[in-house]
Amino acid sequence: MQAQPASGTTPPVLSLRGISKSFPGVRALNGVQLDLFPGQVTALIGENGAGKSTIVKILTGIYQPDEGSIAIDGRPVQFPTAQAAGDAGVTAIHQETVLFDELTVAENIFIGHAPRTRLGLIDWAAMEAEARRLLTSIGANLDPKVRLRDLGIASKHLVAIARALSIDARVVIMDEPTAALSHKEIHELYELVETLKAQGKAILFISHKFDEIFRIADRWTVFRDGQFIAEGHITDVTEGQLVQMMVGRSVDQIYPKRPARIGNPVLTVSGYCHPTEFEDIGFTLHEGEILGFYGLVGAGRSEVMQALFGITKPSKGACRIGNDIRVIRSTAQAVEAGIVYVPEDRGKQGAVKGLPIFQNVTLPSLSRTSKGGFLRLSEEFRLARDYTQRLDLRAASLDQDVGLLSGGNQQKVVIAKWLATRPRVIILDEPTKGIDIGSKAAVHDFMSELAAQGLAVIMVSSEIPEVLGMSDRVIVMREGRIAAEFAGDAMTPENLVRAAVGIEEGEAA
Amino acid sequence: MSSLLKSREAILALAILILLALIASRFPGFVSPLNLANVFTDTSPLIILALGQMVVIVTKCIDLSVAANLALTGMIAAMMNGAGVPLPLILLTVIALGATLGAVNGLLVWKLDIPSIVVTLGTMTIYRGIIFLLTDGKWINAHEMTEGFKALPRLIFLGLPIMAWMAVAVIVLTVVLVRRTALGRAFFAVGGNAHAAVYTGISVGRTQMAAFVISGALAGFTGYLWVARYAVAYVDIAGGFELDVVAACVIGGIAIAGGAGTVAGCVMGALFLGIIKNALPVVGISPFWQMAISGAAILIAIAFNSRNQGPKGRIILKKAEHRA
Repeated sequence: MQAQPASGTTPPVLSLRGISKSFPGVRALNGVQLDLFPGQVTALIGENGAGKSTIVKILTGIYQPDEGSIAIDGRPVQFPTAQAAGDAGVTAIHQETVLFDELTVAENIFIGHAPRTRLGLIDWAAMEAEARRLLTSIGANLDPKVRLRDLGIASKHLVAIARALSIDARVVIMDEPTAALSHKEIHELYELVETLKAQGKAILFISHKFDEIFRIADRWTVFRDGQFIAEGHITDVTEGQLVQMMVGRSVDQIYPKRPARIGNPVLTVSGYCHPTEFEDIGFTLHEGEILGFYGLVGAGRSEVMQALFGITKPSKGACRIGNDIRVIRSTAQAVEAGIVYVPEDRGKQGAVKGLPIFQNVTLPSLSRTSKGGFLRLSEEFRLARDYTQRLDLRAASLDQDVGLLSGGNQQKVVIAKWLATRPRVIILDEPTKGIDIGSKAAVHDFMSELAAQGLAVIMVSSEIPEVLGMSDRVIVMREGRIAAEFAGDAMTPENLVRAAVGIEEGEAA
Repeated sequence: MSSLLKSREAILALAILILLALIASRFPGFVSPLNLANVFTDTSPLIILALGQMVVIVTKCIDLSVAANLALTGMIAAMMNGAGVPLPLILLTVIALGATLGAVNGLLVWKLDIPSIVVTLGTMTIYRGIIFLLTDGKWINAHEMTEGFKALPRLIFLGLPIMAWMAVAVIVLTVVLVRRTALGRAFFAVGGNAHAAVYTGISVGRTQMAAFVISGALAGFTGYLWVARYAVAYVDIAGGFELDVVAACVIGGIAIAGGAGTVAGCVMGALFLGIIKNALPVVGISPFWQMAISGAAILIAIAFNSRNQGPKGRIILKKAEHRA
């Protein structure tokens, strides 16, 4: 593996050196480097949280690096704004295309730099002619006058690419461009990438899918935990080597997992299907067990959990809780059956900002704290105090607005809320995402304690050390299906990543 | 002391006292107990409707149809009275009818997922239109109403007219609803974070519907009070009154974005507007200035609300340090 800068004949168009970027509590990038060459596709590879999105934001002027240098054609540059990055010829086609539905194709392509007439008005004729020329150059047969909202997602991508070309981009960043595309559309995209290569653009291609990386990339760069690991030519590397570089670390953090006595099955799911999100999901969860769900972002893990919790309805399948077969059609039924769900997006789905802490905690338990149809605030306070104390919540008083707490403490309030319903199954979706180390440890500790008390826990997590450190068993999902299940010694980082990205055992190494 | 000053209600109470002091400096008679009681009675319909509106706004909706609802139910009450229906039955009917009109709003918002401002803008016109269809635009005047029908709101009980006591009763009931029932809590949860409410097992649509039914029922009840007190019913009674109702809520600190507000704030917002409306003619200020002052009060209230919504984390943490 060559870790030195590539020694090709052509110098890189864009070259990053020693880039670091920190956010409160997180070091997202730590002295990384990246080179992009004209007419070549460089694949940026890394796990969730490796720092890929952060580097894209730095390249497009959305974030400013704390340290390090960016050079174009060997000359140092800075991108204080998105405009500056665009002017320097760097453009990105984002995961969710950032375009305007109500404007026409031509307006979308030229927004911000439309051709003007001598009077300073927008020159529509020139704009549409130029738009048509750009679209043709990428083989897209779209009418520039059509409104964007009338186009499909693949056509929108083409518009985004035409927009990228309209500012005479030299560097094109594609951030998981195939995530939302069908099979046929993906092949059209590959052809387009070839066209762009032929035009001498330097392309940064971010993807989780190994088959497409090996199909279209010329070079690769691996990031791990915000650090540059290695780079090289795609012809000199195997899938197995890439996987090893992606995960290559020991599980060094200490996880407070206690050996719990695993008891009777609590929840048995069989044949759960959903028309668009997942298919044939089946598993059994036992008392005292922590079952990890690992997968890449978008593998359908959260969607399965939301169906178990009654937010969405499965089209097929059954769910057995204890000895009863239950059909869960609403969250109220799920709570009644003893299943609770702590969502990933706390701000949006978890805490009700504006309500005091104690009212957040008792929200799903009001039938127990009220009498004769009237709420009893003293009971509510007691319940809230019991559960928030167990979670070591730091707050001035339980009367305080939840919105004023830190992320970690908000998470504790949401968990307390669900524990107060005395559930049998608790589903934690990315329970430690975006919270500080201290709160993380408290959440992990508490998770162990819950399992030790006989509660069945499902933990959805994208962090391999957390999954391996906390789970008794791990289910890996890929593209809406269960790809593999691991327990005991088979629970290794390599196995998890292989199953998540879809490499068979034999192919690797 | 500082925490008292920070409370929105305390500031509003202070504003009302300053307003009264200013008026008293030019017209001392205004602050006599008798006149203040009159002002309260006069503001009663506004208080009742504002409390209904508050519940709706807390769920992140708005009900612009309250005044039209009031006019329609008031007209029905007058027509039933003309047909010789006994008063208790009339009262039950107007409340039920008002609740039904509110339920129509709620169902449209819930089932068709139309923004409430659009729904109620539509039903507001429809409800007024129904009055016209019922009456051909004719008025029902005082001499066409029975004495009993007209007298109830004016009956004096313990020194205050029944009308004022009704407002007091609605205030008490709303406090109980908001602070002591699961439904009241659900209003705040839905308005504060609809996603989280869903994840908690609360139906957002059903809760918003309940708010519209309450607002509608109160509008229906006020319909009777209004027609009986002013002894006249026609298409345009209480025209534009929905804006006063919303204004009272806004001045009272009910967050238009939903999820926050108190009964005390709402009542004081209504009283603030009521005092301005009653005092300015007495002091001899033109109706144009009345509107300008009401408008300024709304803008000041909104500016104050948004200023208060800045991040407060640091202050709270300091408080925590002191307590620890």
